[in-house]
Amino acid sequence: MRKSFDGFLAVGGVSLTVERGRIAAIIGPNGAGKTTFFNLVTGHLKPDAGTVRLDTRDVTGLAPHDICRLGMGRSFQRTNIFPRLTVYENVQAAFLSHRGRGHDLWSRVERLYREETEALLTSLGLRERAGETSGFLSHGAQKQLELGIALASEPSLLLLDEPTAGMSATETRETIRLVEHIARERGLTLLFTEHDMEVVFSIAERITVLHQGRVIAEGTPAEVRADAEVRRVYLGERR
Amino acid sequence: MPDPSFVFAQSLSGLTAAMFLFLIASGLSLIFGVLRVLNFAHGTFYMLGAYSCFQFVQWLGVGGGRFWVAALAAAATVALLGGLVERLLFRHLYGKEELYQLLFTYALVLILSDGAKMIWGTQQKSVSRPPGLTGASSLFGAIIPHYNLLILLLGPAIALAFWFVLQRTRVGRFIRAAALDRETLGALGVNVDALYTWVFVIASFLGGLGGALISPMRATVPGMDTEVIVEAFVVVVIGGLGSFWGTFLGAVIYGQVLSFGILFFPRFSIFAVFALMAGVLIIRPWGLLGRPLK
Amino acid sequence: MALLARVPWGPLVLAAAFCVPAVGSRFYTFLANDIVIWALFATSLNLLVGVTGLVSFGHAAYFGIGAYTTGLLMKKLGLPFLLAFPAAGVLAGALALVFGFFCVRLTRIYFAMLTLAFAQIVWAICFKWNEVTGGEQGMPEIPYPSFDWVAALPLVGGWRTAEYFYFLTLLMVALCLWLLRRIVGSPFGRMLTTIRENAERAEFIGVNVRRYELAAFVLAGAFAGLAGGLFGIFNRGVFPDFAYWTKSSEVLIMTLLGGMGTFYGPAIGALVLIVLNQQITSYTEYWPFVLGVILVVLLFVFPGGLAGAAQAAARRLGGVRRA
Repeated sequence: MRKSFDGFLAVGGVSLTVERGRIAAIIGPNGAGKTTFFNLVTGHLKPDAGTVRLDTRDVTGLAPHDICRLGMGRSFQRTNIFPRLTVYENVQAAFLSHRGRGHDLWSRVERLYREETEALLTSLGLRERAGETSGFLSHGAQKQLELGIALASEPSLLLLDEPTAGMSATETRETIRLVEHIARERGLTLLFTEHDMEVVFSIAERITVLHQGRVIAEGTPAEVRADAEVRRVYLGERR
Repeated sequence: MPDPSFVFAQSLSGLTAAMFLFLIASGLSLIFGVLRVLNFAHGTFYMLGAYSCFQFVQWLGVGGGRFWVAALAAAATVALLGGLVERLLFRHLYGKEELYQLLFTYALVLILSDGAKMIWGTQQKSVSRPPGLTGASSLFGAIIPHYNLLILLLGPAIALAFWFVLQRTRVGRFIRAAALDRETLGALGVNVDALYTWVFVIASFLGGLGGALISPMRATVPGMDTEVIVEAFVVVVIGGLGSFWGTFLGAVIYGQVLSFGILFFPRFSIFAVFALMAGVLIIRPWGLLGRPLK
Repeated sequence: MALLARVPWGPLVLAAAFCVPAVGSRFYTFLANDIVIWALFATSLNLLVGVTGLVSFGHAAYFGIGAYTTGLLMKKLGLPFLLAFPAAGVLAGALALVFGFFCVRLTRIYFAMLTLAFAQIVWAICFKWNEVTGGEQGMPEIPYPSFDWVAALPLVGGWRTAEYFYFLTLLMVALCLWLLRRIVGSPFGRMLTTIRENAERAEFIGVNVRRYELAAFVLAGAFAGLAGGLFGIFNRGVFPDFAYWTKSSEVLIMTLLGGMGTFYGPAIGALVLIVLNQQITSYTEYWPFVLGVILVVLLFVFPGGLAGAAQAAARRLGGVRRA
């Protein structure tokens, strides 16, 4: 796919395939085009060229809410939750929307999908905090909540944009373990971007490296680690 | 087919009205561009400018250039008021939701316009034209008062002066920068707080000046503020929120639509104006010369 | 404090409201009637502002349309109230659908400006279309609905027409508020709050933000129209200023005064504002000044409005624990 902004080529000729049930990662220095790429996939931006396919279906150019309904879930770089709703309500809202209850103007909303919501909160370790206002949670807890919202949409493909950004080392490890566990358990296909290399190399099965909007390497973690170009551009720069 | 000199007279009257609207709308646009708030009270500053001019004229008289002193003094008074309001009250609402800021400006309308009623009563006030400009001339068959002609010259002159300030002076540059990106400006060490106060002062000065200058032409009455603020909104929307020349263009277009609308379709002229505003918002929300908001 | 929450406030207030003509003078009935109608108007606006986060400056347009619809149907076509009243809601809702379609494609200040523009268009049409709307003079002398059959009933006979109309208003408004309450507490209402909280996130849990906003816009407009229909009769006349932008700001202030964050906040705001207005205008002609000062105090000290302040106080006093 290709995307330019006012003549600046943010994403140029990036092609990516993720197999069902696999965990894949996109890495690259800041400005490499990772978030732009995500935005193209989720329908927040329209590509100048190229297509997005979910399973066999062409979803290029569809609105984000339609793409979400087809089975794509996403978390965002800046924490995106519903601040004045409680933790419980945040997740419940996603269930309500996904299960098509949004057109219901009559039922009382409190008891709907109680079991599913509590189950999901438990698996995230947020069950005890269900009644708290989500805007007051710690950054790490908010990110976990955001993961929960994305999961409540019961996606087949989950995109995570820097899921551990701003987390402590402990939180990061916990979150990643959780993500991997949930992905395996539900047979999710996972695509994420990260800056933390330990995270990436620990769970990703396939890594794509972007630099200045282009793919410079792709393969298993071992292959990518050994790639000279990658070392020069990315891993080398960090030292 | 109406008489061409009549058409000319109508057009000129539309242009004259446009000059006043431009003065008010430019202040409105300035405040919106930098502070991102739509100041409902701007029409009230305009009204206070008219009342203050009346008051200064009462004290000083109109002869020997004193009208112009009165007008400037009125504008300065309103500017001072604007600065005080910003400094003491408005500044504390910056972090809060936009709705609160908007409602605050509306509260100002209530307080200030009633305040004007308390001071000057409800009878309409009039200001005589300055001597030397009380006459009228015939131009292309239409009778044009001299005062109106002066306004037609003064309007663009003030516009150019204002534009010069924006483009060439330091304050102007800061204002334009603040309209684009306040945070970076603050990070660069510019005193953004003081800048905001200055923006309010300048905008209020322009509004007050508009009111002062119109006082010899129209009666100063309560209620002129709510009438004019909606007109100013229309102008700013057509021209583009935050765009300087857009406001000028918007004012000119509005003036012409209104004066010819009244002429040819008297029952539809008000409707036409708001339909124009709605049309611009639907087709091109950022107006003729504005830029899409982030 | 938890006990207080269990008290059935709704039915109690309703019962108390029904008693007003019995215990108060004609003036109190008049005042109560005014309050009840504005409570509906303000609550309808809150569906947009408080629940969905859409600030409209032109809500009075639908109020005005409702008033003119009922007024026209009853005065010029002689239709009964039971037809003319729902028609107000239907027509206002239809207009809201048309206007709203364009408004929801814009955000924030542009949205607000367009709602204002549309409201002014409605006002301009009402102001100038002399043949239909009576133009600047409006339509005075809207007839009351016929209450003869009620006066003949054994238990409820013996009241004056104005009082029957008050009872009717109470019933209609109570019904509308109940419906609105259901809507706000439904899954649909929850989707609206997600839009208010974070529209981007709402989009990506599958919420078609524009469509939901339009739905909220239409519902809010319809209920405002119903309030307008009642008001036209109550006011014994329908006038163009029902749709003027200052009416929109009045109802917005009520909503803020009472508190946008709670369902009954706007209704409380209507009560307080109308009573204050009545009290203060008996002492001074400078009511706008007082209102302006109250508004400023509100914005700086009680942004959550009266209901918000009451809630905060209750929380502190009662130590209510979160579930």
